[in-house]
Amino acid sequence: MENVTCTFCGAVCDDLYFDGDEFRTKDFCPLGEAKFSRKKRIEYPTIDGKKVSYEEAVERAAEILHNSKRPLLFGWSSTVNEAIRLGVILAEKVRGIYDQCASVCHAPSVLAMIEEGIASGSLGQIKNRTDLAIFWGCNPVEAHPRHPTRYSVMARGLLTKGRADRKVVVVDVRKTVSALMASHFIQVKPGTDYLVFSAMRALMEGYEDAVPEEVGGVRKEKLIEFVEMIKSAKYITILFGLGIAHTRGHDRNVENVIKLVQLINRYTRCILQPMRGHFNVVGAGEVAAWECGFEWAVDFSRGYPRFAPSEFTGVEALLRKDCDAALIVASDPAAHFPRAAVEQLKRIPVIQIDPFPNMTTLLSKVVIPCAISGIEAEGTAYRMDGVPIRVKKVVESEYWSDEEILEKMLEKVLKLRED
Amino acid sequence: MILVKNGHVIDPVNGINEEMDLFIKNGRISSEFKINEKECEVIDAKGKLVVAGAIDIHAHIAARKINSGRAMRPEEFRRVRQKTGKFRAAVGRTLLTAPAIGYEYVKMGYTTAIEPATPSLYTLHTHEELDSIPIIDKAALPLFGNWHLVFKFIAENDIEKLASFISWVLEKMKGYGVKVVNPGGVEAWMYGSNAHSIDDLVPYYDVSVRDIITGLIKANEMLDLPHSIHIHCNNLGEPGNYETTVDTMKLANGIRNNRRQVLHVTHVQFNAFSGSGWKDMGSGTEEIIKLVNKSDNITIDMGQVIFGHATTMTADGPFQFDLHKLLKNKWINLDVELETGTGVVPLIYRPSSPVHSVMWAIALELGLLVNPDKNVISTDYPNGGPFDRYPYIMTLLLSRKYREKEMERAHKYLQRAANLPSIDIERTLEDIVKMTRSSPARILGMHNKGHLGEGADADVVVYDINPAEFNPDKYREIEKALSSALFTIKGGTVVVKNGKIAGDIWGRTMWVDATLRTTAEIIEPDLEEYFNYYTVNRENYGVEERWMRRAERIEVG
Ligand code: SF4
Ligand SMILES: [Zn+2]
Repeated sequence: MENVTCTFCGAVCDDLYFDGDEFRTKDFCPLGEAKFSRKKRIEYPTIDGKKVSYEEAVERAAEILHNSKRPLLFGWSSTVNEAIRLGVILAEKVRGIYDQCASVCHAPSVLAMIEEGIASGSLGQIKNRTDLAIFWGCNPVEAHPRHPTRYSVMARGLLTKGRADRKVVVVDVRKTVSALMASHFIQVKPGTDYLVFSAMRALMEGYEDAVPEEVGGVRKEKLIEFVEMIKSAKYITILFGLGIAHTRGHDRNVENVIKLVQLINRYTRCILQPMRGHFNVVGAGEVAAWECGFEWAVDFSRGYPRFAPSEFTGVEALLRKDCDAALIVASDPAAHFPRAAVEQLKRIPVIQIDPFPNMTTLLSKVVIPCAISGIEAEGTAYRMDGVPIRVKKVVESEYWSDEEILEKMLEKVLKLRED
Repeated sequence: MILVKNGHVIDPVNGINEEMDLFIKNGRISSEFKINEKECEVIDAKGKLVVAGAIDIHAHIAARKINSGRAMRPEEFRRVRQKTGKFRAAVGRTLLTAPAIGYEYVKMGYTTAIEPATPSLYTLHTHEELDSIPIIDKAALPLFGNWHLVFKFIAENDIEKLASFISWVLEKMKGYGVKVVNPGGVEAWMYGSNAHSIDDLVPYYDVSVRDIITGLIKANEMLDLPHSIHIHCNNLGEPGNYETTVDTMKLANGIRNNRRQVLHVTHVQFNAFSGSGWKDMGSGTEEIIKLVNKSDNITIDMGQVIFGHATTMTADGPFQFDLHKLLKNKWINLDVELETGTGVVPLIYRPSSPVHSVMWAIALELGLLVNPDKNVISTDYPNGGPFDRYPYIMTLLLSRKYREKEMERAHKYLQRAANLPSIDIERTLEDIVKMTRSSPARILGMHNKGHLGEGADADVVVYDINPAEFNPDKYREIEKALSSALFTIKGGTVVVKNGKIAGDIWGRTMWVDATLRTTAEIIEPDLEEYFNYYTVNRENYGVEERWMRRAERIEVG
């Protein structure tokens, strides 16, 4: 089948070929290919390791959630919006906590956005207009392998016709493979991005005297040159990753680069794009925002949504032992959460919905396998720039989709509430 | 079946302003008169006002824009309007969650709302949000005014191609009509600039703003779509911009449609400033009002400002950037490849601000002096303020006393810079029914809405207002009654009782299919070319009906 959408990373390529009968792929990058290959699956629903029917598993899951005082509903970044929406409603109805993978990933970027907003654009703005692309603290070649060819570095657009029309700068603490595609590489000392952004803002506004000879390991002349390069470009895109959001300064780093972008827009045009990881982590935030007002770390225990990123994230709620049950969808917190949080997960009943077995499977009481979004189930996902793209069903499957499972679960929960 | 008995019905479309019964069957108004009351739910509306469900012609209720606003403004969601229970939890101050939007609308007797600005690339998202808004009917207007393919067809002066393109987009996006925002200006913003008059040229394509507007009007009329083009003029929010608005309106000269206007100018308040700067900014409504009242092919909506919190959000990228610089407030910008831009900036309208006070007055001048058959109440939600304050606007228009009271709160500069203080007019209930029901329905080409004749959608509202004893000086009571309907019936289901949600149903999303009138073949080479520049595959671009909750296709041609 042509025009298949990959459901691995936030680049959500939609120009791929996949033969579902033979699991043959064309044009995928290695990461996407790995996702679209035959892999070990969870074979059937289980309760305490014993095989049960879908109906039984869903029924038991609904009972657990219904009887829990404040269940945690976590994951969501690797499923489709239709399932996420049901997840948010389920969290509301069982008065639990809705949290998603962003809370352990780009949460600092979202916090910075709450402070400052963000000047951004769709990825086509890089392809069609950008004559200066700056990758800062991210490594697209390894994390979003087709991003450079499809959208950013080599992409051929309307006004910027290809690589020759576009300068590419990589800023990072070490020379990554992505630096090889750059025309300029700027090496900064770890944990100094904030300082470098501040220096650039000062230079931008003509306060050259305020900038020392060296900032974050970068010589002043080089920074001046960089700022001049920015000022003389027509349309700049800055792409950033966890190298900014997860290092010293966290959300303050992102806030500072947002302010730099605001300033650049007084001289020329500039947009900023976070390189989001899982294919639908943007959807996991957007859907929650329209359903309950907040993107992550939402508590419904009072019957209405409250947001507190220092209290209602999955990790924090587990560390405080606030949750007495958990529903984990399309995610593996047992592998990624801090040890103490995982210990708490082991003490409470956990329900898992996932196509593949992982560490979380081992500690789950109820395990419900599902169809793989984008291969066996369709739905909508949001690319890293928020562009909505349908992911397709290309293979028939006996597995229920996340959407079907959650729909039944919600029905059961509402029924229990009525009784 | 529902029987609304003995209510005072005001239905200007059918010339009704008197006590009568209304019978509802199969989701529609029925004219059967042999009715077995035992089979009906009977609502006694004696001494109460009975009207059709209201229509919001312009409210940013869904799409990436409002949702980025939500993400940026968690501070907006501390106001709890309804806890979870039989219905969904509903929260929000001026930005509301999707469930809250549906519930708040029907509580005031609104049963239809139009999302007026969806970038096509993001329209699947728009429909997902519309599908999450309970109860009301809705539709979305895709943005055309800064689309490269539009520029190309205008540059080629090929209206037929442009018309084909419009119908192709509406079908692809399940859109209802043609929205135009700061034509040419948003594209100029991609170069760090803006368009300041209708004679400005768009970079690269060399077409003028004037050509874009007239081209789109002509193409829209060639298709004879239910709605005319719907325009947010250039220079929004700039002192002296009323001249641009007048220039824009004059572009409709000589183009006619016997069913409706050919140009709807939206949230006119924001485009009706006089003056040369913020120091001498004032009301520039006079010429606009004259022009609209004497033309039969132009309509407007008000764009009222409400004192208090608001969140500005438009496709007008350069305006939003200017506002960010002016207010030094947080700012979202989203440039959309080949199609449009977007911006979001929070704002507080303060009665202590001379400019905000004048803006407040400008909208009321429009509300009081423009013929109600050509004017619709709006706040450009959430730009001018929250839509749940519509009852406040209606009451200001109904009651001079209320206006005077509110004017005392506003800045004194208003007395000099606006005409409002000298306007004595009080709108009648019938005028208000026009400005919230019959006018938006006619302007949008929704013939089953906005009235209570046989076959109309059974969207009916009962208010605790007795038209026979109506006294505009009792404005508190009026505002309260309009805020909280005794009954709202949507499509034949009672959804509100005594101001509380009583039923949860899903409304329809209407879209217009004009493909019978056009052939996509003539634009095929252009589509092929431009999809090289998109980052989404052509086959994956667009929205299928089966992905939507309750799509209603309206075929023209
Ligand atoms: S870049 Fe990302 S979306 Fe594209 S094929 Fe690779 S993993 Fe899939
Ligand atoms: Zn608007």
